[in-house]
This record gives sequence, structure tokens and C-alpha cells, in this order.
Amino acid sequence: MVVIAQELTAPQEDEQSRAPAARPSIGARILCEALIREGVEVIFGYPGGVIIPLYDVFPEYPQLKHVLVRHEQGAGHAADGYARVTGKAGVCLATSGPGATNLVTAIATAKLDSIPMVAITGQVAQPVIGSDAFQETDIMGVTIPITKHNFLVRDVKELGPTIQKAFHLAQTGRPGPVLVDIPKDVLLAEGELGEPIHLDLPGYRPTYTPNRRQIRLAVEEIQRSRKPLILAGHGVLLSGAEEDLLAFAEKAEIPVGLTLLGIGGFPQSHPLGLGMIGMHGFTHCNRAIDEADLLIGVGMRFDDRVTGKLDEFAPNARVIHIDIDPAEIGKNVPADVPVVGDAKIALRMLTEAIEPQKHPEWLADIAEWRKRSPYRPPDKERGLLAQTVIERLFALTNGEAIVTTDVGQHQMWAAQFYKTDKPNHWISSGGLGTMGFGVPSALGAALARPGQEIWAIVGDGGVQMTSFEFATLVQERANVKVAILNNGYLGMVRQWQQFFFNANYSEVRIGQPDFVALANAHYMAARRVETPEEVDEAITWAQSIEGPVLIDFVIGQEENVFPMIPSGATFADLIEEE
Amino acid sequence: MEEHKYRTLVVLVQNETGVLNRVMSLFRQRMFNVESVAVGHTETPGISRMTFVLEGDDYTVEQVTKQLYKLLEVIKVTELSGPNLIQRELALIKVTATDRNRSDIMRIATDIFRARVVDAAPDTLTLEVTGPSEKIESLIAMIRTYGIREVARTGAVAMVRGSSTAGLRVVSSAA
Repeated sequence: MVVIAQELTAPQEDEQSRAPAARPSIGARILCEALIREGVEVIFGYPGGVIIPLYDVFPEYPQLKHVLVRHEQGAGHAADGYARVTGKAGVCLATSGPGATNLVTAIATAKLDSIPMVAITGQVAQPVIGSDAFQETDIMGVTIPITKHNFLVRDVKELGPTIQKAFHLAQTGRPGPVLVDIPKDVLLAEGELGEPIHLDLPGYRPTYTPNRRQIRLAVEEIQRSRKPLILAGHGVLLSGAEEDLLAFAEKAEIPVGLTLLGIGGFPQSHPLGLGMIGMHGFTHCNRAIDEADLLIGVGMRFDDRVTGKLDEFAPNARVIHIDIDPAEIGKNVPADVPVVGDAKIALRMLTEAIEPQKHPEWLADIAEWRKRSPYRPPDKERGLLAQTVIERLFALTNGEAIVTTDVGQHQMWAAQFYKTDKPNHWISSGGLGTMGFGVPSALGAALARPGQEIWAIVGDGGVQMTSFEFATLVQERANVKVAILNNGYLGMVRQWQQFFFNANYSEVRIGQPDFVALANAHYMAARRVETPEEVDEAITWAQSIEGPVLIDFVIGQEENVFPMIPSGATFADLIEEE
Repeated sequence: MEEHKYRTLVVLVQNETGVLNRVMSLFRQRMFNVESVAVGHTETPGISRMTFVLEGDDYTVEQVTKQLYKLLEVIKVTELSGPNLIQRELALIKVTATDRNRSDIMRIATDIFRARVVDAAPDTLTLEVTGPSEKIESLIAMIRTYGIREVARTGAVAMVRGSSTAGLRVVSSAA
């Protein structure tokens, strides 16, 4: 021991060993420089065998902050949360084999929600690829269906250009995850980054500016319409088109419904802002869809959670569908006027071309429905309700926190009651519906916005899927407040079992740790809240602490999310309350 | 809207590693039913031509086309249809032949179907036949009674008649 200590404390390096020649330009350094060139500041990753050469050079690049997560899925969701908040591609990093496969759920989540992400994986050295080497997985083959594109870098000369292409693809057109698989020998091979190349991608030419003729047709439809309705989706946020949507909606006086991921794309406090549409959307919104004579879908894809039964969706409406991805147009709902292009540009062109409109009767109708079927207020006599918690959170954060969620009942309650007006403050897995998303995506959001208050609203089921990332929250002193809405059930499945499977509550009663003790074990402050009276005090307590905090809100066990349009059903089947 | 059971799509792709994998993954994932696939080089170096015969209606063809265009390597997707379509497939067919029926088989194959006998063994004949897929089906049906030992088909390739190469119904990526 003594000898070793002496060796360690007495480095005998001469100056020459630290000269630049000792740091050859190898793949690992080229990769770091390529990432810096793309503006990357944070990488969420986890080391492992073949990726050690990259970790070996990380200390040389302090401008690349590496966040060591506890599981690669967490790295992927954190990169996703980072991307949703900043609009820039999030970067996650994993080694080959299990490291890479652990990213799969996060990549698929990003794919279905069109999130710009670059996933970098180590691969075994090329001479042994295909030999079932230790920790070898064909991650290219695995991720073909869940990436926008993926690459295997076969030569260090290709490394710089490939990273450039990966970021370009991830962040342009309809964004999405891109995976770059890099064999160990490429990380070690000597080469150069070189100047940025001119990207020539003949098979990739996204359409940003819509066809003028289609805009003209759309304007004609809108000017003919007496009951128009805008359905705004995630594309509005991805395109940064919130102000353009506002300008268009106001000039044409058209109310706006939001998809789950469209929340934040139009202020819900605005007179034209109707709130969320779809399965658990507000009744007045879905009724407006049912009675509208014109739907203008903007950056949304008529997902089955929005439409229910396709044949009877919006039976009276003609459809203008604006999307940057032509494959979304006509996929689920036939479009009378397809408009392929970027939401921002399309909305600007529409606003410019349209005459100011007025729809007083239509707006009065909707206002009446809104009044006649107000959302059922939580009944205080039923103990602590999720709705109460989220309403109070909304009030005490002035609606300005970034909110992330898991998937299930708490997600729908959060969507209904945290009525944020702010773009990119609502972070939720809409398409894939990934449980375990809330905590790691909040970590990513915290790294993107260090001073910002972030609430991860999660269920007691989902949080158990990724609670190991509490350790990362603490390590990074991330300003994330974890609010568990704890009903002791996998609540949404239980709700479906209650309604559609004769209340056969099979395997949904989920045991749980003492969440307060679990948080404390991670050196994280925590409290349990069991009554409505404690809610405000607990929230302000959490706000007073800098860094991660957990509150375990014990809520009613068998509460349901209403309103609800059952899967594959229509507006006529809407269930308003118990 | 005219509906065909079988539709012929020609897809020009950049010949990158794994492109066939990507295309087939897409077909499988979205449950498009592929009857045949033929892949080969084109007049342009680096560009391969894939010819798909698939089952489906106009909606399917539109969906396939749009989804294919989302693949980075896909340059152009064209549906070939109508009377100007030239569709050809090659098949090798090994059929049981005896001294008694050998000349019958040869007559059917060569006179009616313009097939060639490419190999003869004491108990088999191997035929090579080229033509539209339906013609190959017919030949197989005609000689099935003799006992077919093996069939190898290339899958169809297609072009249109005349000097044009793009005088086709191009299904563009813009809807």
C-alpha cells in the first residue's frame, strides 16, 4: 500500500509527455470536437467497456458536461426532457450491448413524440462485429424502426460528417431521434475532424414552405366556414409557431383545442383557448369537434386518442391538415385540404391571406357548453384528490413551473388542471405512453434550465420504474420536485378494468416502498401529505428548498379520470362523471 | 378510384449498407403485404432499383409511398400501372420428366410459353421462362401434373413502354 501511494504521489512525468503529441487526434477526441461544434453542452450517459476510449478523453473537454445517470433509459429520457425544453437535440450516450438496448425505450419515446435526439452508442471493434462478441448487439438493426435514421461509423474519416448529419436530421423537418453507433476501433483510430461538409442528402428534403395553391384553398375553406376549430398539436411547439398561431386564431377568430402534446402551444387563459381535446379532453372541446364544420389540424396527427372511432370523428367537418410530414396527412383522417409545410410558415401565410373573420354564434355555443358542463370540481369530502393537488400546484407556481409526468391517471389530471400557457413547459410522453418518463425527463429539464422550478408529477407505479434516478437528481442538485400522486393502484389500468372488464382488478394493486424513506435514502428531503389542509404548506416547503424534494401525496384510491371517451368510441359515448 | 389487387412500385434508393433492411422493416412494421421484391443496380452508379409487387388499394399505395419517402436513402418512388406497363420475371423450374412424357413437357414449355430447356437429367428437365408473372403462374399450373421438384423465381421487374422513363404515374411525396 505504501509503495503504491508513493508511486501515485510522485509522478515522474517530464514536460514532453504532456506535449500535444501525447494527445493524438483519435476518434474519441474527434467525436467530442464534433459534438462541441454542434453546440452540445450536456451529455447524459453511462460508461462501459467499448466506450471507455471516449470517457478517457472527456476530462479534456470541460465544456461538455457529462451527467452520469443510473440507467441508460434515464439518460435517454433526460436527453428527451432536455430537448423538449430547449428545442435543441438532446444527447445520450451508452456503451454497446445492454447499454445500447437500455436506450431503446427512450429512443422509441422520442420517435413517437418527434423529439430531436442524438443517441451515441459504443460498438464492439469492427474485426469482431458479427461474432457475438462480449456485449455485442446489432443496435442498428434493433433501432431501425424507432429512429428517424441511424448510422454505423465504419471509418474514422466518416465520424465528423456523420455527427453533422445526425444533428441535421434530428433537428430539421419533423424532428426525431438519430442513433450513431461507433465501434471501439473507430474511437481509437487516428484521423481529423475536418471542416463541416456540405450536406448532400438527396433523399431528405423536408418541405417548409407550403404550396401557395393549398394555402389559397385553405383560406377559401376558412372563409366559408361558420364553425371552424383549430386543433393544435406538438408541431406548433416544435416549429416555434405559438405566436403565429395566436395571430392567426385571433384574426380569423377561431377557437383552439390542444392535443396532449400541444399543451403550451396556445394559451388556455385566452378566450379562444379551449384546452385539451381527446379521450380525456374537456367536454366542450370534444363537443366543438363533433359540431364543427371545419377542422384545421396544425402539427398534429389525428392520433387515436384524439379521434376515437375514426368513422364517426368530426362527422360534420371538412378538414384542413397542416403538417411537415406528408405521411401524416391522410393517414388517419382524410384531408380535404392537405398543407405540407412548417407550421410557423403555414400559419403566417394563412394569417396574411385571410380576411378578418367573426364567429360570434359559434363562440357563444362553445361558451354555453363550457358553462353547462363545467368540469366536475373536486369534492372536498372525499379526502385528498389529485385534482386538488394539481390545482394548488398550478396556483402556487403561478402556472410557471416546468411540469413533467409519467403516464396514466396522474398524467391526465395534470394535463387537465395544470393549465400552463407557456410553451415547452409541459413535458409528457404522449405517443409511446412511457411509464417512468417523469423523473428522468425532469432531470434533463433541470440541466437545461438550472434556475427553473420543475415539478415531476408522477404516479406511485411509474415512479418505481425509474426512482433510481433520484440519485442523479441529488448528484446534480437538480431543482426537481417530485410529486407522487399515490393511490396504491396502477390507476389507469384499474379504471379501464372498472369500466371495460367488470371491475376485475387483476394485478393493479401495487405495493410500494415508504417513498419518504426511499427519498431520504437518496439524501433527498421528503414528506408525506394525506389531507387537503396540508397541501399548500407542503408545496411551499418544497419550493423553499433548493434541489430535489419529494412529496408523497396519498390520494383517493379509486378515483377516475373524467370526462372519458372510451377507446374506439365517439363523442356520443362520452362519460362525464361516475 | 381504380383499385388493383396487385400494384407495382419501383423504388430508387441510394445503395447504402442496410437499405434493404430499412425498406423491409418498414413494410413489415406497417403490415404492407409484399408479393415479390427484386433488387439490382441501375444505369446510375450508387443507385439501386427495387421493384415491389404488393397487395393493396390506393390508400395502401399512398401510405407505402409516403412512408418510403421518409427513408433517407429513398430517392424516388413510382407506381407503374396501366397498359404501358412491361413487367417481367424469370423463373427456373425443375420438373420430373420420364422418357414417355419428356417431349410433351418440352412442347408445352417451349412452344406455348417460349421457355428454354436449360438442363436435362435422366428424370428431370430444368426450364427457364421469362415473362409477366401471370405467364409463369400459367406454365407452372400446366406442368404441375408432371411433378414439380423446385421453382426459383426472381420476382418481377418493370418498366414502361416508349422512350420516356418518367411518363408514369408518379406518386410524389407531397400529397
